[in-house]
Amino acid sequence: MSEPFLSLRGVTREFAPTLSAGDRLAARLGANVETRTLVAVDGVDLHVQRGETLGLVGESGCGKSTLGRLAAGSLTPTRGSVTLDGEPVRVDGSKVTTRVQTVFQDPFASLDPRMKVGAAVAEGPVAHELVSRHGARAYVAGWFERVGLDAGFVDRYPHQFSGGQRQRIAIARALAMRPDVLICDEPVASLDVSIQAQIINLVLELRTGLDLTCLFISHDLSVVRHVSDRLAVMYLGRVVEEGLAETLFDAPAHPYTRGLLDSVPRLELHREDVVAAEPISGELPSPLSPPPGCHFAPRCRWVEPRCRESVPELREIDGSAVARTSRCLRAEAVLVGMKALADDAAAAPGRVS
Amino acid sequence: MAALEVDNLVTEFDTANGVLRAVDGVSFTLAPGQITGLVGESGSGKTVTGFSLLGLVDAPGRIVSGSIRLGGTELVGRPETELRRRRGAEIAMIFQDPIATLNPLLAIGAQMRMALEAHRSVSRREANARCIEVLDQVGIPEPRARLGSYPHELSGGMRQRVAIAIALLHGPAVIVADEPTTALDVSIQAQILHRMRMLADETGSAVLWISHDLATVSGLASRLLVMYAGRIVEFGNTAEVLRDPRHPYTRGLIDSLPGTVAAGEPLRQIPGGAPSLSALPPGCAFAPRCPHADVDCAKPVELHERGERGWRCIHPLGPERSDPFA
Repeated sequence: MSEPFLSLRGVTREFAPTLSAGDRLAARLGANVETRTLVAVDGVDLHVQRGETLGLVGESGCGKSTLGRLAAGSLTPTRGSVTLDGEPVRVDGSKVTTRVQTVFQDPFASLDPRMKVGAAVAEGPVAHELVSRHGARAYVAGWFERVGLDAGFVDRYPHQFSGGQRQRIAIARALAMRPDVLICDEPVASLDVSIQAQIINLVLELRTGLDLTCLFISHDLSVVRHVSDRLAVMYLGRVVEEGLAETLFDAPAHPYTRGLLDSVPRLELHREDVVAAEPISGELPSPLSPPPGCHFAPRCRWVEPRCRESVPELREIDGSAVARTSRCLRAEAVLVGMKALADDAAAAPGRVS
Repeated sequence: MAALEVDNLVTEFDTANGVLRAVDGVSFTLAPGQITGLVGESGSGKTVTGFSLLGLVDAPGRIVSGSIRLGGTELVGRPETELRRRRGAEIAMIFQDPIATLNPLLAIGAQMRMALEAHRSVSRREANARCIEVLDQVGIPEPRARLGSYPHELSGGMRQRVAIAIALLHGPAVIVADEPTTALDVSIQAQILHRMRMLADETGSAVLWISHDLATVSGLASRLLVMYAGRIVEFGNTAEVLRDPRHPYTRGLIDSLPGTVAAGEPLRQIPGGAPSLSALPPGCAFAPRCPHADVDCAKPVELHERGERGWRCIHPLGPERSDPFA
């Protein structure tokens, strides 16, 4: 295997409450002051090869967006390191590369409503001397056309655009920095399905055309599967499973991945009323006081007493033909047991995707 | 008998840019115990349709014409006092955001009792018993203890369950659910969909499930209505419509979903964006985005009905023309 391009090694990010002396005193006296530290990202090792798209999935609060910000160099890890091409992306609390850029879910929040979008997109490239102030307008217009927008749109304001167009502007802004790595954080989550398809197609086309390496973060498994080569599944700050997208989808080796896949609504073509039993029971525990051992244990139907005793390692799965890892003590059993279940399901027709 | 019959409903909004027709001649019926899916994209008029059913369209909006019959009784044109008496008791609504529905200052039990007492005189003991019963029905653990909880103490999924429980309190004939699981995580959504399916069977309420998500509706609703620019452009048995859509817009919606082509391949997208209600094209509103459109599509489009199915297209898809976006 070649040297990874974007590497996260042992990355942990904690958020501790900022407590004044008064707060600490109040807490000591028993007042309801939050003093616990939240571990948003807990010892994550991820490596993305050049030209590869790694999909990062998980539900709200799993730490996927925090991980995206760490990978982009916008946030300092509490422990661990993030490197691009062997160089750190962040030094002494400042981002030191322009080679990683991010596209966020809500482009309206990231565009100044009183600034023409062309000027907003030009800011970064001008500041970093990728283009002269004089040439900025034509440069930005070029990127607008590249993402399917009319070049004349550079003189408009954000409110004059639809959601899909704004997301194209956000993509143009990221690309105008000429990045090698594009981090997409829920780029299609707030779009209508017909517009979502247009943006996904744009990302697919740009990735190939510009030879981009992508970290694609989403809660929507069907979207992530469509665009990703490899997938990492996160739960309460930890990566619980990682592998090739199709392997992981066809035969997940962690009970959480399995439950998540079963929770995703599929297009039912032959039967209605087929909503199955609850694939995952219960709710996400508070990240401020996560359960001991495996975080998923309280909701897991494969749980054993030892699952609660120590944190399972993310490990290679025995006997698997392709490289894949799972953070489940019973991964091999889960894989076999679930394969049998999946075979049963395949015998019952009627599902696509 | 149908629980709800909607006939040729028209709802308009007076705006600075003229009159916007958000709901344009919508007709459908809801059967007891059945879940009907109403699917459309932003601005298609699906939420305004839901609000119209409950008489909740406020000025500058108004129901211009048409009929809404709840158990045979006409609701359009009835005074607000009467609608108020029926809302909650005979027809209830569940919204996307339960935080906006629940009063943050009242414990769950207190607001549920208020909802009960609004339509019925009950003792506190009876009221509590009924509250616990419906909280249990929607899958809230330890329902008795939850009566004392405040909305902020509950998770998003639990709050939405409480909102559903409140809708169930009076055993309404009709429940209108507007994107109730859109803001929830998929694992919680799956739990609530499962619960909703059972509840429709158990309670016999007719459910109108409004959603932008075709996949969610496909596993839940037995009948499907597809809405575009204020009109229902296609309806029928859910599986039949999805297997064999007649309207090119329905086909386009299905094909836009990831999973319909191999991973990494371009999705078959619908070109363009939704039209503005203030500048709708004449005839079929989908024509500017439709690969089959011709000059005839600018004429008014009749509804074509074949048994349980219906579509509003003069060049419907069929076996000989099934893949317009290929």
